[in-house]
Amino acid sequence: MFANFDINFILFGVMPYVALTVFLVGSIARYERDPFTWKSSSSQLLRRKQLIWGSILFHVGILTVFFGHLIGLFTPVWVLDALGIPYALKQWMAVLIGGPAGIAALIGATMLLHRRLFDPRIRVTSSYPDIIIMGLIWLQLAIGLLTITQTLQHMDGSEMVRFMMWSQSVVTWNLNAWVTVIDVHWLYKLHIFLGLIITMLFPFTRLVHIWSGFAAPFRFLLRPGYQIVRSRRTAPLARR
Amino acid sequence: MKVRAQIGMVLNLDKCIGCHTCSVTCKNVWTSRDGVEYAWFNNVETKPGTGYPTDWENQDRWNGGWERTASGKLQPKQGGKWRILSNIFANPDLPEIDDYYEPFDFDYDHLKSAPEMEAFPTARPRSKVTGERIEKIEKGPNWEEILGGEFSKRGQDYNFEGVQKQIYGEYENTFMMYLPRLCEHCLNPACAASCPSGAIYKREEDGIVLIDQEKCRGWRMCVSGCPYKKVYYNWSTGKSEKCTLCYPRIESGNPTVCSETCVGRIRYIGVMLYDADKIDTAANAAAKTDLYDAQLDVFLDPSGPGVIEAARAEGIPEDWIAAAQASPIWKMAMEWKVAFPLHPEYRTLPMVWYIPPLSPIQNAAEAGAIGKDGGMPDVRNLRIPVRYLANMLTAGDEAPVIQALERMLAMRAYMRAKTVEGVVDEGIAARVGISGRMIEEMYKIMALADYEDRFVIPTTHREHVEEAMDLRGGCGFTDGNGCSTGISKGSLFGGSKKPLKMPEEMR
Repeated sequence: MFANFDINFILFGVMPYVALTVFLVGSIARYERDPFTWKSSSSQLLRRKQLIWGSILFHVGILTVFFGHLIGLFTPVWVLDALGIPYALKQWMAVLIGGPAGIAALIGATMLLHRRLFDPRIRVTSSYPDIIIMGLIWLQLAIGLLTITQTLQHMDGSEMVRFMMWSQSVVTWNLNAWVTVIDVHWLYKLHIFLGLIITMLFPFTRLVHIWSGFAAPFRFLLRPGYQIVRSRRTAPLARR
Repeated sequence: MKVRAQIGMVLNLDKCIGCHTCSVTCKNVWTSRDGVEYAWFNNVETKPGTGYPTDWENQDRWNGGWERTASGKLQPKQGGKWRILSNIFANPDLPEIDDYYEPFDFDYDHLKSAPEMEAFPTARPRSKVTGERIEKIEKGPNWEEILGGEFSKRGQDYNFEGVQKQIYGEYENTFMMYLPRLCEHCLNPACAASCPSGAIYKREEDGIVLIDQEKCRGWRMCVSGCPYKKVYYNWSTGKSEKCTLCYPRIESGNPTVCSETCVGRIRYIGVMLYDADKIDTAANAAAKTDLYDAQLDVFLDPSGPGVIEAARAEGIPEDWIAAAQASPIWKMAMEWKVAFPLHPEYRTLPMVWYIPPLSPIQNAAEAGAIGKDGGMPDVRNLRIPVRYLANMLTAGDEAPVIQALERMLAMRAYMRAKTVEGVVDEGIAARVGISGRMIEEMYKIMALADYEDRFVIPTTHREHVEEAMDLRGGCGFTDGNGCSTGISKGSLFGGSKKPLKMPEEMR
């Protein structure tokens, strides 16, 4: 039965589903059961130093990288073909936009991690998940930037298309998805693995504020005017 | 006309003795917890001084409150919605905890556990954030108590704007007053407007401004949005907190803890009816000095027949209308015009108002004159400069403050003539534009200040909106997930809905 066992099947065939399930069910359960714990956990009040630049660099960088991954990985290959975008061009775009954004995010993350570990006020008020998740994100950014060294060795885009195939296969329930990434460089594999780990930890850490961060602009901008008045009277009053 | 009821407060600064009982009782009830050691929902400042947090009144520095843009639009001074969202990663206007003070406690245990030694054992300070030793306390919640510190620092008080302040640094000319501060429960709250999550709301039935702890995400825009710096970020829970006007007490008809425990009996609580449709225009008055009058214009006469009808149509209960008619707030703010909003220029339409303090008369000849013929001294000779009070209470417009001080002096002169000399001198009242009967009422409420005259608080009427039977055996007032059953409205896992009816957002 285990003759054909392959660790790649576990890591890239099974784990994505486990990670996404934990991510979604965990987020919903936490939002439902314990909304009081759902927060950004800002520490700006305790120490402004290193936060302003660190946080802006980190967030702007990582959001760019995040949306780059989202669009880059989940745009169907046939859309690229239909639009006539060469794979090589797309890969160059990924390197030229994602590279600087990743560096910005890594600089920001370094500042934030340094502040979290070595500022006494921030260190003592940090929970273990706060520190662990910051460390993992820092590591993930560093590995992601290191993969560029591999990417630059094959700029025809073929490798990139494999990752597109993989992610799109995962979300379209193609159970053979894992086969597409069997023989890519180990740096990519490590990057994917760590990404899935972070996805799994998501609902149990402060990362849940990302949901709120994406919701906030809609809530705020679509709210008529500025003020909110609440009433216990929900039904209209009977006219007297 | 959209009639709404608001619980308002007036503080008679003329009687405040700066004992901090309000602050301490409030602290013990509300903020004696992790993460808010530094927060004082109520604090008392000695003025002149830069206050708590330092320099809070200087909105050029903190960008709190609202501003009227060049095009005549009203928007939060820290920026419109897009600007606020763009500052979400790092808020440039957020004070650091050191702008309040780093909370501390003392090693009291050392006093009894110290070994035998040469010197008397001492209790040294320790940070309540890090737990580390603090060698020297640099700041506290009341750092300028009784004019503590040098004038060069206290003199940076924002209210000295337009005052030749140098002479007030001289010992002979110095002056001081107390300013107890709490959340203003504004009609146009800048904190609520700044919240990207929509967690801060004003209650329709009593106007109390609250933060929904389950919706707050800790974006901390309310802290910078509030010009009074009365929203505090709890660094332990990651949520913002503020004065709740002790709503569980108000709902049952009791005064707030700060008011109940005030030994000087300076605090008044009552209902004000106002026209919610006028708020936008009132907060957007072109000139800053028009804002005080604009806010007076928002209030509705609770005895006016049209107002009573409209209030009933809006579902305001009868005892609330009756309370509004007997409201000490209405009398002091509208009838006698002795109470004023704190910094109306922030355009939040605050609802905690202040009666300016009288102070000794500088000019000895004038002081003698008052005993001689009961004539009125010039209030410009009072030790506290009128301009200073006007900067604090009417955006710099001195006339209303002068009138209020004159009326308070007239009240003293009239009552002295009546009780000491046995003469009822209507002339004293007439000179300040009021009647003797009105002065007697002022005397009863402002000087005698009986409990039932200070607090006219109707109970809430939840029985009008929900089945009281459903509340039996249920959860009372919640703080976060304190008594969550784990089953909430629209639950993923099914099950019965919570019988507790929560306020809903109004459109």
